[in-house]
Amino acid sequence: MEHTIPDKKINIKGLVCPYTFVKAKLAIESMEVGQVLEILLDYEEASRSIPKSMEDHGQKVLKVEKVSDTDWVLQIRKDKD
Amino acid sequence: MDFTDDQLMRYSRHIILPEVGGKGQAKIANAKVFIIGAGGLGCPVGYYLTAAGVGTIALIDNDTVEMSNLQRQIAHSVQTIGMPKVESAKRTFEALNPDVNVVAIQKRISKDDIIDLISDYDIVVDGSDNFPTRYLVNDACFMARKPLVSGAILRFEGQVTTILPGDGPCYRCLFEEPPPPGLVPSCQEAGVLGVLPGVIGGLQATEVLKLILGKGEVLKGELLIYNALKTTFRKVRVPKNPSCPLCGAKPTITELIDYNEGYCAM
Repeated sequence: MEHTIPDKKINIKGLVCPYTFVKAKLAIESMEVGQVLEILLDYEEASRSIPKSMEDHGQKVLKVEKVSDTDWVLQIRKDKD
Repeated sequence: MDFTDDQLMRYSRHIILPEVGGKGQAKIANAKVFIIGAGGLGCPVGYYLTAAGVGTIALIDNDTVEMSNLQRQIAHSVQTIGMPKVESAKRTFEALNPDVNVVAIQKRISKDDIIDLISDYDIVVDGSDNFPTRYLVNDACFMARKPLVSGAILRFEGQVTTILPGDGPCYRCLFEEPPPPGLVPSCQEAGVLGVLPGVIGGLQATEVLKLILGKGEVLKGELLIYNALKTTFRKVRVPKNPSCPLCGAKPTITELIDYNEGYCAM
């Protein structure tokens, strides 16, 4: 798997929808096009809904990985301002 | 803009929208809106703009709350009967959203103070119930170059239009002069369906938010007419009148006019 070093990391463990996406979206908004955001989360539904919503908003999903029994790591590249 | 946890929760459904986001919500928080009238239209407009998080909302109205207002003026209640409408609405709005600075001005707006009053605000909303005020607000917004979201209601029919400074027609392009006193009945004489101002005020609040966000299309050069009995929306194109007495090539109206005499006697 390709390894990308993220430009920004956020930890949204403990948050549920829709605040998971709200936090992720605000983080992406604050970044430059081309930069990569890494998101650590433990709400399973968000591991599916955040990538889908990010793609709907024109961003690129680079990685969706279950890293432990409870946690997921997502990488999103900002393609659209 | 850094949002508090409460604000993240309160505005989450806005922030999620691609057309709004955190940046759009920050624009809403920085916006200043001036609402003429705290009655049928002013209540829902102010209520929804408060919910949306508009930073500063001014309300001007000279009346006090009466029982007969409560069928449609949703910011007031039996607890606030006898209180100035602007004060009653301020309490309701502040209870909904403490982020919002509500400026309550209890007086009848006049040609002597309107330009001064609206000068600090980004957008003006007309929710007045009479023609003298409607024309005064139109003329003042043209002169002060303020966007104006105009609404009107009677019986089962309402209308909305958005007038942008120096871009498209003004209210006088549509109706050059106020009708003679007594020709068009007031809500007091003719009645109004209580939910009608909710629909029209909701449309006005939507226009305001789009102006703040700079997204979508507003009712510029168009009059939207809603008929509640038939459940129809009609959009009528309003061309700019090149010989409009206010915004035309050779304007004859160069200062504000008080049409109140004659009307007040009604």
